Amino acid sequence: MIDLNGAAYSYGGGELLSDMSLAIVQGGFYFLTGPSGAGKTTFLKLCYAALFPTKGTIRLFGQDVTTLSRDDIAQIRRRIGVVHQDCQFIDHLSVQENIAMPLSVSGNATLAEDANLKELIAWVGLTYRAKALPPELSGGERQRAALARAIIMSPDVIIADEPTGNVDWEMSERLLTLLVELNKLGKTVVIATHDLSLIRSAKSQVQARILRISNKQLQLAGANL
Amino acid sequence: MRSLLREILELIRPDFQRDRVVPGTGFTAVLTSFTAGAMAFLVVFALALSLAADRLGQRWSAALAQTATVRISAPVDQVEAQLAAVLGILNTTPGIQSARGLTAEEQQNLLQPWFGVDLPLGDLPIPRLIDITEDETGFDAAGLRLRLAAEAPGAVLDDHARWRKPLVQAAGRLSWLAILCIGVIGLTTAAMVILAARAALAANAQVITVLRLIGAKDHYIAAAFVRRFTLRAFVGASVGVALAAVALFALPGAGDHVAVLSGLRFQGVEWIVLVAVPPVLALVSLLATRYAAMRVLEGLS
Repeated sequence: MIDLNGAAYSYGGGELLSDMSLAIVQGGFYFLTGPSGAGKTTFLKLCYAALFPTKGTIRLFGQDVTTLSRDDIAQIRRRIGVVHQDCQFIDHLSVQENIAMPLSVSGNATLAEDANLKELIAWVGLTYRAKALPPELSGGERQRAALARAIIMSPDVIIADEPTGNVDWEMSERLLTLLVELNKLGKTVVIATHDLSLIRSAKSQVQARILRISNKQLQLAGANL
Repeated sequence: MRSLLREILELIRPDFQRDRVVPGTGFTAVLTSFTAGAMAFLVVFALALSLAADRLGQRWSAALAQTATVRISAPVDQVEAQLAAVLGILNTTPGIQSARGLTAEEQQNLLQPWFGVDLPLGDLPIPRLIDITEDETGFDAAGLRLRLAAEAPGAVLDDHARWRKPLVQAAGRLSWLAILCIGVIGLTTAAMVILAARAALAANAQVITVLRLIGAKDHYIAAAFVRRFTLRAFVGASVGVALAAVALFALPGAGDHVAVLSGLRFQGVEWIVLVAVPPVLALVSLLATRYAAMRVLEGLS
């Protein structure tokens, strides 16, 4: 689904990530760890074509990202649900409208009132907040709303950047459970986190591969996590 | 052309969800509406000037066309003989419908505005004038001049061309100048809308980032802004046109004989052009916003 072959990314004359080779396969569950500033977010952005490799190649669903048009990239992003670190909502639209926005964007606006939408909102536990505006939500509610928006198009891959960064332990567990459930439905999940306790907790629920970024290199982490 | 039309139709197609993406308020909304209103007001006056100048040119042209004058400047004792000779020539010239010598009273009336009512016409060597009316075929001015020179040396033919041409040219240029003004106003409107659209795009960077993140194509994002700005421009221009129409209606009409301003008001079906101004300015706004939006979006990842 996402194939990196000797991919590197440079910015401002310096290399931030170098010589990364990895195949993210369908149905896999991946944790990406590393210290703050190691390049986890940059790696994820490369995975959904918000950034492009300066060396090597990255193929998304079999297509070399550097050869894609802007419309092609938009099309591919509909197959990748992203839960951003700071969630990123359209603040003047309600939670329900934000969650339904990918449907409108892809030309399925009529589905925005569909029962599936209400079901999804209920699944992430936000029925009582559906009409609220994003700035009125707590950190955990924002993360769940972002997750609902990321999966409403039933994407093949879900990428979450520090999804538990701003929430308490109980909410972290709840979010993890939701992501595991999605993985069991056949979705590929990639989570960037520096929260090792979250990884340990996940290991009891799902067979996860753990990647680590260290010294600009992507490594397969050992069992010491 | 067809694909552009299809794209324009797609841009203005209502989409409730998409249309709500861009906040409906903010200084760019006011700026766009005000600019469109002010520009529409100016466009209406430029149009009025253009049409009035065109009408004036046509009126001058029609008033002086198919008429000519022969002026006889001869010693007093030869005037009547030359007058009779000239009238004889004119009455046998093909293309001349009628020729008539002006009476002393008519000539006095012509001079009255310059010399007053007490002009002793009989004491002054005033040339005699003959008023000529052409028929539809017109006459050969060069040939007539030769015949007059041979038989009445004091007669000079004036076919009004040297008066009429510069007047009609001036009116025509005034009309084109007004059209040029409309073009400049259109470009200024486009520039102002581009500035407002760029400001709106910058103010809504977060919205654009989110839309790109969830897979929105540039066309979708641009359309959200384009519809907002097009509607604002249309509403603003409609208000501007309404105000201009009221102002024009308050001007003196052609029948009031108020020198320069007479005839500036639209006449008859000309009022219909007012209906076209808001849609045209909205179209300018649509193209300007689309241009600004696509340029900004191309610079984003």
